[in-house]
Amino acid sequence: MRTPLFRGRRRALATVATAGALALALTACGSSGPSDTSADGGDRGSSTGDIWVITDASLNPVQEKSAETFATSGDVTFTVSNYANDPYKQKLQTAIGSPNQPDIFYNWGGGNLKQYVDAGQVADLTSAVDGDADFKSKLIPSVLDVGTIDGKIYGLPMQGVQPVMMYGNDDVLKKAGVDGMPATWDDLLADVKALKASGVTPIALAGSQSWTELMWLEYLLDRVGGSDKFAAIAAGDDGAWSDPAVIESLTMIQQLVDAGAFGTNYSAVGYDDQGTQALIAGGKAGLELMGSWEVSALNASFPDFAKSDSLVWGTFPTVDGGKGDPSAVVGNPSNFYSVTDGSKVKDGATQYLLDTLTSDEYVDGLLSIGQVPAITGLEEKVKTGDFAHFNAFTYQIVNDSSSFTQSWDQALDAATAQTMLTNLQKVFLGQMEPQEFADAMAK
Amino acid sequence: MARTTVGTGRPGALWAVPALGFFGLFALLPMAIVVYLSFTQWSGIGSPVFTGTDNWTKLAHDTQLMPSLRLTIGLTIVSWLLQTAICLPLGVWLAHHGRGRAVLAAVFFVPLLMSSAAIAILWGGLLDPNFGLASVVGPLIGVPDGNFIGDPDLVFWVVVAVVAWQFVPFHVLLYQGATRQVPGSLYEAARIDGAGRFRQFTAITVPQLKHTIITSSVLMLVGSMTYFEIILILTGGGPGTATRVLPLHMYIEGFQSFDMGYASVLAVLLLVLGTALSLFVTRATGFHRMDSQKEGL
Repeated sequence: MRTPLFRGRRRALATVATAGALALALTACGSSGPSDTSADGGDRGSSTGDIWVITDASLNPVQEKSAETFATSGDVTFTVSNYANDPYKQKLQTAIGSPNQPDIFYNWGGGNLKQYVDAGQVADLTSAVDGDADFKSKLIPSVLDVGTIDGKIYGLPMQGVQPVMMYGNDDVLKKAGVDGMPATWDDLLADVKALKASGVTPIALAGSQSWTELMWLEYLLDRVGGSDKFAAIAAGDDGAWSDPAVIESLTMIQQLVDAGAFGTNYSAVGYDDQGTQALIAGGKAGLELMGSWEVSALNASFPDFAKSDSLVWGTFPTVDGGKGDPSAVVGNPSNFYSVTDGSKVKDGATQYLLDTLTSDEYVDGLLSIGQVPAITGLEEKVKTGDFAHFNAFTYQIVNDSSSFTQSWDQALDAATAQTMLTNLQKVFLGQMEPQEFADAMAK
Repeated sequence: MARTTVGTGRPGALWAVPALGFFGLFALLPMAIVVYLSFTQWSGIGSPVFTGTDNWTKLAHDTQLMPSLRLTIGLTIVSWLLQTAICLPLGVWLAHHGRGRAVLAAVFFVPLLMSSAAIAILWGGLLDPNFGLASVVGPLIGVPDGNFIGDPDLVFWVVVAVVAWQFVPFHVLLYQGATRQVPGSLYEAARIDGAGRFRQFTAITVPQLKHTIITSSVLMLVGSMTYFEIILILTGGGPGTATRVLPLHMYIEGFQSFDMGYASVLAVLLLVLGTALSLFVTRATGFHRMDSQKEGL
């Protein structure tokens, strides 16, 4: 029965079959579908539009409510679709500019938004915003800057401000003889020593997710060299990565690692699985550097600790002799809404943003879920809810900040950010020296 | 069509049309597109821009390429050796009947029912150095801080172990089924000739399983070479680049750096390597001749 034809065919088939499995593996990186929640009820607008956002169980209802409200007054009925974080970035990347693109999309501002702007896919909102003086005056300038590319406004802040700050477990600090949060770099080094001696991990760090390590470099460079240093890096200036301030900041990181500040197994600790939260809340670590979302995240996983007096917080320590302004903050100034240039309802979408983002309903909605909007004049209003004290602190440091540097992995283009995060992880592992890091990034 | 069936004693080419159509659409077409994309610059936004061989010259300057390739080859060889060493004896043992074995067989197959993502998340929890099983087991086996997936030297072996945990059940199933196909008369004859159990295993079971061993090996080798989902979720290629195997390097370049052009170069490289490997294995073992193991029976 074994004819030559049969044999040849079988072999060819086996070859293409394995090759096919390969190709399938390559194309299997699809995205999950959206979960649609349409804004129904009320008088429907005459046309429809899509808003794409990130899945957030507490924020999504606020966004949907605002779309419903707009549908009763405006011309457009918007449908809010939410996607998980990582699939969203991929889906948006391929949808923008295609017939399936949304009308309004959630983004991170900075370099993330710039790539869409450079591709000519984002509507310029400058004249609309300038035409509404009342709206514009309500936005915090340092936050609006992040949605501004080459002097034109493309993104409007739609979420709470998220500065990075230091958190501590006061019980653990007290037990180690540490009084309050460290105010200076030298205080921090002394605290690390004392905490280590008391048998805990001085600083909880989720080293398997290197964006948590990046926060240290972001703040240190700002304190050591000032916010201009990163501005130069973001602008792509020659030699910006090799600046002495970058080297010094990385050397200070090495100093912390060598002092045992993060323990020995930090590179196996994750943030997404609450690895560091469990360390802080469980009294196994003294300090942590994290975004302002940490308090609501702690409240979700460890409510007893989050609501107790043991949870303390403070600004990042100052560095003696550093050129940076101690009031400067880093983190996520906000997330942003942008309108796609090819949208069929561009005017309606722009109107929705102007009507919604500073409205009482939307602002109160954000406050009710523990977010502090990037809106001026909220000093009294932010003092609500379980974390009134913390919200007021967050609002104050952002309002008082001389600059608000966006998280570097959002501000830089994706390829540079990816290389930087990998190399920084190597610095934390002791596999790469500061100068090697600078050389690798300068390429 | 009926005529060809009658004429040759086997189905006509028309029967293969649905499968070939699927294969063309979901395998050949994407492959052709990947080759095309490897000559373009594309971030996913807008249209790909043709850049000639730029991406291919970049290959020579990619400092991560050789480490990733070495890791991939290492993972492929170690996985193949380890999994075969476990699956062959285990499958043969499970092929024999007995209540205890049936229960164990059911337990062994549990990982087969789980998705890769679930397995990676499960192991991620177990390997948490402060609160997972790693913090308990680590001190007992010389890793006092439970730092398995955060140690650049240890993490490779952890990945090998987790991948084996996922795929051993499938290959055991292959061997179990194949062993049951071996005619009992062969063993009877061997017993009469005075062969012991070990001799029966080496002289009858293993030669009779030749095609299964080759099938299983091709699946393991090509599978390990293109494997990345557990690594992506468990370590993300880290710490540093300690587990950034070639397919993961491709994924990171494509979907994190959004450099689809260069990622396509890596994809083509993987495609060629995988095809060459499976061709080599089927050639070297004489699998393509499709000889029967039961001739003369």
